[in-house]
Amino acid sequence: MDRAATAEKIAALIEPFNKKGVAISDATTFAGDLEFDSLTVMDFVAAIEDDFDIIITMNQQAEIENYGQLVDAVVKLQG
Amino acid sequence: MTDLFSKFDPLIETRRALLATGVTDPFNLVMERVISPTVAMCSGRETILLGTYNYMGMTFDPDVIEAGKQALDDFGAGTTGSRVLNGTYAGHRAVEEALKEFYAMDHAMVFSTGYQANLGIISTIASKGDYIVLDIDSHASIWDGCKMGDAEVVPFKHNDIEAMEKRLKRIPEGAGKLVVLEGVYSMLGDIAPLKEMIRVAKENGAMVLVDEAHSMGFIGPNGRGVAEDQGCLDDVDFVIGTFSKSVGTVGGFCVSNHPKFEIMRLVCRPYVFTASLPPSVVATACTSIRKLMHAGNKRAHLWENSRVLHKGLKDKGFQLGTDEPQSAIISVIMPDLERGAMMWEALLHEGLYVNLARPPATPAGMTLLRCSLCAEHSAEQVQTIIGMFERAGHTAGII
Ligand SMILES: Cc1ncc(COP(=O)(O)O)c(C=O)c1O
Repeated sequence: MDRAATAEKIAALIEPFNKKGVAISDATTFAGDLEFDSLTVMDFVAAIEDDFDIIITMNQQAEIENYGQLVDAVVKLQG
Repeated sequence: MTDLFSKFDPLIETRRALLATGVTDPFNLVMERVISPTVAMCSGRETILLGTYNYMGMTFDPDVIEAGKQALDDFGAGTTGSRVLNGTYAGHRAVEEALKEFYAMDHAMVFSTGYQANLGIISTIASKGDYIVLDIDSHASIWDGCKMGDAEVVPFKHNDIEAMEKRLKRIPEGAGKLVVLEGVYSMLGDIAPLKEMIRVAKENGAMVLVDEAHSMGFIGPNGRGVAEDQGCLDDVDFVIGTFSKSVGTVGGFCVSNHPKFEIMRLVCRPYVFTASLPPSVVATACTSIRKLMHAGNKRAHLWENSRVLHKGLKDKGFQLGTDEPQSAIISVIMPDLERGAMMWEALLHEGLYVNLARPPATPAGMTLLRCSLCAEHSAEQVQTIIGMFERAGHTAGII
């Protein structure tokens, strides 16, 4: 799946977690802009993992701070 | 100069705001005198202890105390050395023998704390390219063990067998896999469906480590823990435990049937690079563990206490961590930290000590009053405790 298609899928997946309706760009941060706590992060990551049938390990999550980085990581993890 | 402490400002502020309400600092209590496993003097007040993890009340067992005194006389106050150099005394071997018998396993390795046992075993056996699959509500020592090692770390939703299975199946072919579980989760006092989880782990080619810190001594026919109780201890590769709960002293251990387990003594850094436990501590632990092998009556009484307290608090209208009592931990859910601290203080004024637990130690950002029962709590004490909760609950506006 290319970056645009991956981004579109992730945009749909993040919606239920984006409680405040923050406008999302590649620079949007999860901790800062979206105010995700650790529990939300776990549920959101699980939703992405299940949808794309991938694993995003804690080690990889540590490198992902914003939305763009997440999309890039998911593109790469799909191989 | 950047003040390296500025990252703690939010916590310092939370603490200041809490103490400004005039509440007693819940994290600064001093036990002035300890009268028994279930009673101590706090701020000059006789206080029932209901938050000590002293499940089997072994801290004041006469045989245990006697063994400790004898070891102090015979072997001195400390070993001043690592287990692999000058720090292995007869007592360290003896307590490892006792553990092997207790669990009916081939190998036992004693660490200076349970925290170090998790830190050492997890970080050493799972290395670069391996995967650790663990429950998101795992104890801090498990998380720190993951962080200290170089393995890939994959958490799954608490006690969710399907979530665990999916993740195991996505791990690349050929990679080493370690599943880390706990028997009893100490925040809510709930147990894991180990039988199913371990079956799934094994089907997917993983080794299994189970932390039985909160079950040793009273769960399972021989007190070996939740895995024994569910009939799947034989499939557990590594059991982690502690002396700081049912055993009644301090120390940690790992028991295993792995044929190459003994090599851990040379490669596990938190075992090698720290001083061994004092002779008096291993002597008390050894005596205590041997007595716990024959503690059927105490176990039955502890379960009775757990059931009575659970029902009593539920009937009074408190919200509890589990619908049914599953362990010797009964967790009472508070609406928020401020009212949790008020309730904690009201209980202290009644003469009852419980554990106040709050994020990040707790799941889902909860504030909890954790009660851990002791086999030495009398039936009358448990009734007294329920009355104290009822009065304090009204004072703090919880019920
Ligand atoms: C699940 C669990 N594992 C490990 C430990 C660490 O035990 P210790 O107190 O011996 O360091 C604890 C207790 O603090 C625990 O609750």
